Amino acid sequence: MSVLRPMDKLPDLNAATILLVGTEDSLLQKLAESMLQDHCASELRVHLANSLPLPSTVNRPRIDLIVFVINLHSKYSLRNVEECLSHVDSSFFLGKVCFLATGAGQENHCSIHQNTVIKLAHTYRSPLLFCDLEVESFRAIVAQRLVRMLQICAGHVPGISAVNLLSLLRRSDSPPSKEL
Amino acid sequence: MDPYDLQGSASRRRTSNLKDYFVGATPLQKRLESVRRQSSFFPSPPRRKILQCTQLQEEIDPQKVAFLLHKQWTVYSLTPLYKFSYTNLKEYSRLLSAFIAAEKQKGLAVEVGEDFNIKVVFSTLVGVKGTQRDPEAFLVQILSKSQSSREHREGRVLWTGWFCCVFGESLLGTVSEDFTCLPLFLANGAESNTSLIGGWFQKTFDCCFSPLTISAFNLSWMAAMWTACKMDHYVATTEFFWSVPCHPQSLDISYAIHPEDAKALWDSVHKTSGEITQEEVDLFMDCLYSHFHRHFKIHLSATRLVRVSTSVASAHTDGKIKILCHKYFIGVLAYMTELAIFQIE
Repeated sequence: MSVLRPMDKLPDLNAATILLVGTEDSLLQKLAESMLQDHCASELRVHLANSLPLPSTVNRPRIDLIVFVINLHSKYSLRNVEECLSHVDSSFFLGKVCFLATGAGQENHCSIHQNTVIKLAHTYRSPLLFCDLEVESFRAIVAQRLVRMLQICAGHVPGISAVNLLSLLRRSDSPPSKEL
Repeated sequence: MDPYDLQGSASRRRTSNLKDYFVGATPLQKRLESVRRQSSFFPSPPRRKILQCTQLQEEIDPQKVAFLLHKQWTVYSLTPLYKFSYTNLKEYSRLLSAFIAAEKQKGLAVEVGEDFNIKVVFSTLVGVKGTQRDPEAFLVQILSKSQSSREHREGRVLWTGWFCCVFGESLLGTVSEDFTCLPLFLANGAESNTSLIGGWFQKTFDCCFSPLTISAFNLSWMAAMWTACKMDHYVATTEFFWSVPCHPQSLDISYAIHPEDAKALWDSVHKTSGEITQEEVDLFMDCLYSHFHRHFKIHLSATRLVRVSTSVASAHTDGKIKILCHKYFIGVLAYMTELAIFQIE
């Protein structure tokens, strides 16, 4: 069970599970709490992890959305996420993976250039969100967004699927794919 | 205007793109275009020239700039000055002296025991520029006019500040003739004097000062560039300082390396001659991090780099630099100018 696959388990009724992966425990915890405060029709489950692969001893439900949290102040978090990406099956990247970059607001603390993270997200064809997770109002907004994305990825919103959402989220001014 | 041009691997430098496209556009149009390009993507030049002695360097009189070395400067970025003229320097000295005397008499910036007889001197710094197109750098000094005959006729230097622009083509192309672009301002001396003089310049020339903060990303670039410089003899060890964010007080880690070892490490990492790439900088820093981790089991990559000190120069994230080496003086200023221009834009 070293590679996460999107379809290897059956879905639970009305349940949606999100996996947050990142090195900063406090930020993940705060984001998880913000997400759980949001009222939504589905039953939300939030799993937190520092790195992949996940331990196989725990019995966990099917994961609908993975969010990789990168702290722009710490190169370590970027390296960690890059290593984790090899433990995710490629079919996950059809809309069920999202990157979240935090800390862009404090420019002088940044060790990573924003371009690096943008390129990473572009390589994996996944959406990239920028949010300062330390600020409560921004965190609440991104939590709402993630809950909505999660509901779509779990199939709870009729008429739209994860792949649909991916093509809608792709920015119109992002570089053309033929460049890579 | 196709923003995809920015992604072209051959020319990421926005200066050459701007010049090619805009022949005959008004300065305002050029400015708007450059701002539009900035907002669509954040360009980080993946390649940089290695600091070399440029031709203009030979024109600098080493004695004249020797007083600029070995001093700690607080760096600010400055927007272009409106209707500044090099011929009026005496006039400006007079006006600024009067202004400072008036302010001090008002009691706004009184220091205990300060002599009210001060004199302000404006002078140009010949040769502190990158290309011929760069405006001349100029220096402002506050001297105390001492009544005593024992002291030197000119008096003690209380405060020094200088304005310069080194290789500032990207900014020069976008402003009209009335403006003088000197985006880098360096000050040494009491903070009260800096704010007084800054205020006078802002009122007189309609410009705006802001302190230049150097991010950890840029500090690691500086570390790599300055380690790459060839030196005959090293005057200082290469040191890095990191700040670890933890409660209740932050922890500071300092890591000192013998400069020749640092150079040897850089030489083993450096492949392309004449240029430095982002990958090489990352690899250089990763080598240092992994070495530290092996010995102390601390991930330095999770902390924040706050200060870099080499034999060429040292820089702190709060915007304080000290240049130690005469040979690479222009090179260090060129990078600082680039950061200042980026901050203005």
